[in-house]
Amino acid sequence: MITLENLTKVFETAKGSIVATDRISMTVQSGETCILLGPSGCGKTTTMKMVNRLIEPTSGKIFIDDKDTSDYDAVALRRTIGYVIQQIGLFPNMTVEENICAVPDLLGWEKDKSRKRAGELLEMLALEPAVFLKRFPKELSGGQQQRIGVARALAADPPVLLMDEPFGAIDPINREVIQDEFLKMQRAIHKTIMFVSHDIDEAVKMGDKIAIFREGKLVQYDTPDRILSHPADGFIADFVGSDRTLKRLRLLTVVDALESDRPSVQPSDDIQTAVRLMRERGHQNIVVVSQANKPVGSLHLNDIAELSGQVGDHQAPLPVLIRMEEDLRSAVSSMFRHDRSWLVVVDSEGKFAGNITQRGITHHLGTTYKEVSST
Amino acid sequence: MNAAAYQGVLRRVAIFTGLFSIFLLGVVTERMNLVVDITQNYWDDITYLMVEYIYLVLISGGLAILVGVPLGILLSRPFMLRYSEGVMQVFNIGTTLPSLAILALSMSFLGIGKTPAIFALWVATLLPIVRNSYTGLRAVPSFLLEAARGMGMTPGQLLLRVEIPNGLYVIFAGIRTGIAINIGTAPLAFLIGGGGLGELIFTGISLNELGMMLSGAIPVAFLAVLTDFLLGQIQRFTVSKGVNPDA
Ligand SMILES: Nc1ncnc2c1ncn2[C@@H]1O[C@H](COP(=O)(O)OP(=O)(O)OP(=O)(O)O)[C@@H](O)[C@H]1O
Ligand SMILES: [Mg+2]
Repeated sequence: MITLENLTKVFETAKGSIVATDRISMTVQSGETCILLGPSGCGKTTTMKMVNRLIEPTSGKIFIDDKDTSDYDAVALRRTIGYVIQQIGLFPNMTVEENICAVPDLLGWEKDKSRKRAGELLEMLALEPAVFLKRFPKELSGGQQQRIGVARALAADPPVLLMDEPFGAIDPINREVIQDEFLKMQRAIHKTIMFVSHDIDEAVKMGDKIAIFREGKLVQYDTPDRILSHPADGFIADFVGSDRTLKRLRLLTVVDALESDRPSVQPSDDIQTAVRLMRERGHQNIVVVSQANKPVGSLHLNDIAELSGQVGDHQAPLPVLIRMEEDLRSAVSSMFRHDRSWLVVVDSEGKFAGNITQRGITHHLGTTYKEVSST
Repeated sequence: MNAAAYQGVLRRVAIFTGLFSIFLLGVVTERMNLVVDITQNYWDDITYLMVEYIYLVLISGGLAILVGVPLGILLSRPFMLRYSEGVMQVFNIGTTLPSLAILALSMSFLGIGKTPAIFALWVATLLPIVRNSYTGLRAVPSFLLEAARGMGMTPGQLLLRVEIPNGLYVIFAGIRTGIAINIGTAPLAFLIGGGGLGELIFTGISLNELGMMLSGAIPVAFLAVLTDFLLGQIQRFTVSKGVNPDA
């Protein structure tokens, strides 16, 4: 856990004082990723460098796990905090292996142990150890360098990570790939992370919390969904973009808008059973499932109301299914693609779990808006 | 054609030209009976003066490296920053002085003999070494230092693990320039009573004795090439491949 208390930094320069951060107070819970977000020069890097004491605060305090960092020896403190700098900063004179082992070497680890660790980290970051360990930074692509930068920060397994735009210097496609790898890794290692970004999409994707900075002040600190649904002021609303509702769709999963109380019928059922079920519930359609409860088709009330016979004779095929854990963005995009106002949802075993509808999604986005405007 | 291939071709041309010149020189010296001169008449002088010459180079060059590199490093330290730019300014002016002028100045303070010669050679060699050591370390990007400090290196570890290894190629370039200047200037030491192979060269010139002059000049040229080759090898093995632009 990282706690900042009234953290202020004033730089005295020839042209006068610059207030880089102004009474910042916030807490990053253990195992959470907090994104520091804001325009250039708003004090993100300064805030982060005060945590590992590369910059000494003018006033205010920083606690890591309730211990005041100013009580530590700065050098010893830094060895317990992983740090990825904005410019990557791999040492050109060292091989990838030596770079990754830099902190373990400072800590006096056995060579065997640290070298083994370097190999493991490369594997975790999807780089073949045999190929990369002995290379020099100048023999790596930008994306590979950034991966090594992250591996180096993780080498001594520090509980806290500071990452200053760690994926800044790569093209958007590769950036998505590294972000996904990192998210997967973070789910396994649960570091407490402060992560600087100035890209709202990255922040929404990577953060458990987002801290929005403006001219040295912390203007909003909240979950990504709350930041997108309830930006605290016009500046933040502008910053997160006019398409913020679409961005929210990425944060929500199908489960959030799932209508799970939908009845279903089997192909062997009488078709009038289906008609009755739909009329009772006021539904326009119903899903047909196999004996194993897997969706195999659907019936539309208007098409079958006058028919008789078995469900299996009249069911229409399902063009697409969606899994519960997918995000609503894929769900909506799938609806548009197949020109449908509803989709059948399946669980991880492919069994029928319910429906989602465009109305349901709109309703879900709307209730969270209202919920807060009334408070 | 890329730069490396181009350099390779240049090097081959240079080696070929060099070998060819030596061959021509051999033909000429043979014709003029110079081989006998050099290998018999002046052999004792050559060996004696060469030892003296090597002594001058080793002492002045060695001291210049031992003092120059640490001095350059010291000047690059943050706490010296206030003074270092001024000091480097003086050093830059110093490098523009002709070596002969430095010898003359040295003689006017210290008289004649080995000591003023060694002192002058030391000064001439020192300048490029200090300058390159200083700029080599200052050229290490500040974000590398920040990365190193941020991971918990002490100032000493920072210097030994990051700054020096990354500046080493430039430091070595300074040492090679300094030693080349040293070897090229050392024959002039004779002019202020420092002895060495300059004796054969200058006396040969004034007596118009080609054989005598070459007896001094050829060993000097040979030593210059050999030393630079050796330094080049040391540089190749000590500078990390990740930093060396030729590797
Ligand atoms: N060493 C310093 N001396 C003087 N002013 C500084 C110093 N470091 C930062 N500043 C100023 O403090 C403010 C905040 O800088 P900071 O580097 O924290 O911005 P940032 O949010 O990280 O920006 P970016 O997104 O461009 O990296 C800026 O106005 C900057 O000019
Ligand atoms: Mg920054």
